[in-house]
Amino acid sequence: MKKPVIDAQNVDLTFQTNDGPVHALKDVNLQIDKGEFVSFIGPSGCGKTTFLRCIAGLETPTGGTLTVNGLTPEEARKSRSYGYVFQAAGLYPWRTIAGNIKLPLEIMDFPKQDMDKRVEKVLDLVDLKGFGKKYPWQLSGGMQQRASIARALAFDAEILLMDEPFGALDEIVRDKLNEEVLKLWAATNKTIGFVTHSIPEAVYLSTKIVVMSPRPGRITDVIESPLPKERPLEIRDTPEFIEIAHRVRDGLRAGHDV
Amino acid sequence: MRPDTTFEKIAWPLGFGLLVLVLWEVVVRVFGVSPAILPPPTAIGAAMAGSLPILWEDWVQTVVKGALNGLWMGTLAALILALIIDRFDFLKRGLMPVANFFAALPIVGLAPIMVMWFGFDWQSKAAVVAIMVFFPMLVNILGGLAAVDPMQRDLMRTYGATHVQTLHKLRGPAALPFLFNGLKIATSLALIGAIVAEYFGSPIRGMGFRITTEMGRLATDMVWAEIVVSAVTGTALYGLVAGIEKRVTFWHPSQRG
Repeated sequence: MKKPVIDAQNVDLTFQTNDGPVHALKDVNLQIDKGEFVSFIGPSGCGKTTFLRCIAGLETPTGGTLTVNGLTPEEARKSRSYGYVFQAAGLYPWRTIAGNIKLPLEIMDFPKQDMDKRVEKVLDLVDLKGFGKKYPWQLSGGMQQRASIARALAFDAEILLMDEPFGALDEIVRDKLNEEVLKLWAATNKTIGFVTHSIPEAVYLSTKIVVMSPRPGRITDVIESPLPKERPLEIRDTPEFIEIAHRVRDGLRAGHDV
Repeated sequence: MRPDTTFEKIAWPLGFGLLVLVLWEVVVRVFGVSPAILPPPTAIGAAMAGSLPILWEDWVQTVVKGALNGLWMGTLAALILALIIDRFDFLKRGLMPVANFFAALPIVGLAPIMVMWFGFDWQSKAAVVAIMVFFPMLVNILGGLAAVDPMQRDLMRTYGATHVQTLHKLRGPAALPFLFNGLKIATSLALIGAIVAEYFGSPIRGMGFRITTEMGRLATDMVWAEIVVSAVTGTALYGLVAGIEKRVTFWHPSQRG
């Protein structure tokens, strides 16, 4: 039995706010193996983003244990294990698109020649070829978000964490990027954590779907997807796909009734 | 409406300025206003043309030696202290209230003390200017360093970036618009400080010195000549800072145009 990359045992997180403590995560148990594509789905306030931030070492659980490759999330973060894509693109307006993608490479001291090659590669990957010299504010919101994905891909982190990255994009671009992400995942065998509101997106992308519900934030269902790794967009019309989507929806409803 | 051409942008204010000067001249002559109260623009112009070497000497003494030296010293000191305060949280809590107290002092009142400490020459004026520009610069730089949104800091954390890397790549550039806002305030404060500080004692040159002594002789045309020079200098310094700002922070929404 191989060891999971991400191992959460009884993870608890309570935020102290001015309105009293908020129980953001309660008794979260989850194992994620290398190369898995895990989606976190649930209504606002279910702690899906908070859990992703815990994995990245951006929040610290107040109870339980959480390890990444046997390290604490903090240690894993410092050893640069994560590429993180946020809800907003967060590109630096004083840098060009290429400059923004180079940012993590500069911080991690990549050789200069390697940088340009990597920038070209990831720009191509997110379909932004030829936009390297533009400034972020010269691009549409969707293009900015694609550039921020390119930035997260540039340094080949082992784990890619994406927090509703396509929430602001239109359906067609979203489909295309979903396909791209799957291709990328197949090519690199990265472990991916993906937060989303969309049931089809979660089912289409994932090998494992984690259904969460709020107050307190907790896991209500973990669904192992039987879908094959190779997934054309048409797979969304197959009975297997629809069945999983149903189960996710049921899980979300059950969580809401509490 | 069609936007103004460059020629029109210059011609309009220039025309209005000339109009004001002509009215001034006419009013002074028609009503026979005493030159001690208000000299006509032509008299001021004649005084300027006749005393260029003196105006130049005063300008070097007050602007270059007093104001500009004080400006860079005060700005540099504010920058260094801002970086230190930003690094250590306890300083933010302990030092900021003290700094705010000092910022509320009428600093020009310190001028006689500075003259006593640093002598009559430009050093005491630079000291007054440095103290005057220090607080607005400190407040602006600290504000700028705090202006980065949490998501961008988180991004740097996911890269495992060090404090210095975050400062250099993210918070420094993000603070530049604030720094320039501070500089624009500081340039006008520097001129005021350097001129007023000379009222409390100076060698026999300098714009503030000239204003007080010529006023004593009721030679108001020379007083006005110095005021014209200081106004032109203030505008030019402001324009210079604004011009550099436009180049350096071209990416900021206020500069994209």
